[in-house]
Amino acid sequence: MQGSAVDSQQPIALESTSHGAEEHHPDLRLFGIFMFLVAEAMIFLGLFAAYLTFRSVAPTWPPVGTPKLELLLPGINTLILISSSFVIHKGDDAIRENDVKGMRLWFGITALMGAVFLVGQLYEYFHLEFGLTTNLFASTFYVLTGFHGLHVCFGLFLILAVLWRSRREGHYSNTQKFGIEAAELYWHFVDVIWIVLFGLLYLL
Amino acid sequence: MASADLTHPNAIEPDEPQPWQRFFSFSVDHKVIGIQYLVTSFFFFLIGGALATAVRVELATPEVDFVSRELYNQLFTIHATVMIFLWIVPAGAGFGNYLIPLLIGAKDMAFPKLNAIAFWMIPPAGLLLISSFFVPNGAAASGWTSYPPLSLVNGQWGELIWILSVLLLGTSSILGGINFVTTILKMRIPGMTINDMPLFCWAMLAASILILLSTPVLAGALVLLCFDLMAGTTFFNPTGGGDPIVYQHMFWFYSHPAVYIMILPLFGAISEILPVHSRKPIFGYKAIAYSSIAISLLGLVVWAHHMFTSGTPAWLRMFFMIATMIIAVPTGIKVFGWLATIWGGKLRLNSAMLFAMGFVSMFVVGGLSGVMIASVPFDIHVHDTYFIVAHLHYVLFGGSVFGLYAALYHWFPKMIGRMLNEPWGKVHFVLTFVGFNLCFLPMHYLGLMGMPRRVAEYDPQFATINNLCSIGSYILAFSTIPFLINAVYSWVAGAKAPANPWNALTLEWTVASPPPEHNFVGQPVLKTGPYDYGVAKQGAVRKPISQLKASDILSGSTR
Ligand code: HEM
Ligand SMILES: [Cu+2]
Repeated sequence: MQGSAVDSQQPIALESTSHGAEEHHPDLRLFGIFMFLVAEAMIFLGLFAAYLTFRSVAPTWPPVGTPKLELLLPGINTLILISSSFVIHKGDDAIRENDVKGMRLWFGITALMGAVFLVGQLYEYFHLEFGLTTNLFASTFYVLTGFHGLHVCFGLFLILAVLWRSRREGHYSNTQKFGIEAAELYWHFVDVIWIVLFGLLYLL
Repeated sequence: MASADLTHPNAIEPDEPQPWQRFFSFSVDHKVIGIQYLVTSFFFFLIGGALATAVRVELATPEVDFVSRELYNQLFTIHATVMIFLWIVPAGAGFGNYLIPLLIGAKDMAFPKLNAIAFWMIPPAGLLLISSFFVPNGAAASGWTSYPPLSLVNGQWGELIWILSVLLLGTSSILGGINFVTTILKMRIPGMTINDMPLFCWAMLAASILILLSTPVLAGALVLLCFDLMAGTTFFNPTGGGDPIVYQHMFWFYSHPAVYIMILPLFGAISEILPVHSRKPIFGYKAIAYSSIAISLLGLVVWAHHMFTSGTPAWLRMFFMIATMIIAVPTGIKVFGWLATIWGGKLRLNSAMLFAMGFVSMFVVGGLSGVMIASVPFDIHVHDTYFIVAHLHYVLFGGSVFGLYAALYHWFPKMIGRMLNEPWGKVHFVLTFVGFNLCFLPMHYLGLMGMPRRVAEYDPQFATINNLCSIGSYILAFSTIPFLINAVYSWVAGAKAPANPWNALTLEWTVASPPPEHNFVGQPVLKTGPYDYGVAKQGAVRKPISQLKASDILSGSTR
């Protein structure tokens, strides 16, 4: 596998130093990912704030004539996504015990649940009675859920990448698990954003 | 006077001159990337300057004669976008990249590859933006603020390219911010606590926090704008139930912090340069350090002072007016700190110092007009007039650009390994200072008399003063020539720079000029604090800068 620089335990900063014994910096990549998620969260917060403002300025919300949103399917979808956060955490527990097989199992289940969520979302899109430009509510609905959906796709991609890499014996272990933790962190993030989104769009 | 220890093992000559081709490669060395940032952004500064000169040629006379009204709108829009997103923001990141690992004793940034990726987003974004002059209907023409609904009815392709380009530059900036925060917080050498690190690091930390918290919101706004532009949604279009004010809020939630993203790195640079060339410790280390953080946090809650005339409710205007005025306090703390630093010092009036002192004085003028327009009744009067143009150029040109020049003169020997020519530097300073003030000082008056900004033609009563401004701008344009000659000539054939030409105490001066590939051989050792000028005798126990008494520093009695 190429790209092992990204997944090896060596801090990138010291990768190519040649000057004798160096003290080793702790792995900073998770910290970096955390910073990245702070920035991501700010995009969502900005969009949420915009949504709330549109909502509070409009005389009626959703605008008159907007078909009511079905709650059953998105509700099930929400439950699936929330529980997938616990499932992926089981994977993290497994790798702590050096149990790569277990990790692969739990990550595989998470990927499956993520895929079901995406399919459910697409199903909902195709059966909604409004389109992107029907009215302001419809536009914000599609942009917010769509943007979140892209994040689910990316999270899924990370999980699949972990599964792919873990084929190789010894790629991950209880001391070498940056990729696993990054994917998990990202997945939790996507999950938390969805909870807020669901509350804003469907319940509020 | 203590001087850095030149027998330090790091003060070795670089092995051999490194090939110039590395500047055109996907290098992950923070020093190469820093110089890539600086050269690229300076190139865009020249382009932005050419656009500005075209604007001033048009404004030299009250009639529309040099360019069409449409082209005029494109010129000032792209001018401002280039200056902000392609010159000042990346140039600050350039110094951050070059200096931070050296200042904290690290061998590179935390994520070198990410660093290179962040840089390489800038050239394509910039070229994309410039190329938009040649698409149907020309470049974006709604001002750098790109307010809808105006931005939705001007040329569609130019606007789309503008959005994409700014999104790309914003992403680059966010990636850079992640790198800075991580490097500054996690990679200092053992023994350097956060309260020992040079003030430039504090400033970059504060700026990076702002980048991480505010740039994403701009990205969100631009994505929505893009949907309105291309997909027929009506987020910001009142005819479809949308609300253009939401765009303004989101835009300024980024763009007010952006002004601090553009000035904080230079606050930091000035805090390094003044003590070195005054031969005195910085006055009020902690006050200057913490005020950077205070500015960045307060800077997040003042954005609507740009919207006093946008129908903002009175109680909200009151809040934003007070918050804005409060932000002048940490800013003022810095200015007094700098003044007390040079007070009674043995000043070396070289080019770096001249630009640094120019920075402080010009920035104060801009800060004062800032407090004036922070006041709602006054701002309603001068909003969207040339008074605003004067204010923003005093802080951005008199502040950021003077600061960037000061930093270039100060660190050029370290980066390139050659000294800049001093007399040429002074000529450059005088031309810049005179041209700048001639160009922008009269604009305060124009604004007070009611001349609106962003319009190609104006009332003939303003003709003489506008002519004066235009002459100032020509001097300003001309002033880059001595700098360019100086920089190019010195880069190729200047006098070789020693490791520590200024007798400075921060770590970058303990290594050769230019520094070897991994900066330090082994672990550098802190022998003095960053600002212990005239304080610690050689071999004496070093007292952390934060424990020095203010009176010691002010009176210079420790020297
Ligand atoms: C003492 C600190 C400052 C205060 C109180 C202040 C206040 C203000 C206010 C109230 C406005 C809006 C005026 C209007 O549009 O009617 C404004 C505009 C502006 N300020 Fe400042 N400012 C300060 C410092 C700065 C700094 C440090 C920078 C940049 C380095 C800056 C850059 C700008 C720019 C670019 C605009 C114009 C934006 C536009 O409409 O295009 N200001 N300032
Ligand atoms: Cu502002």
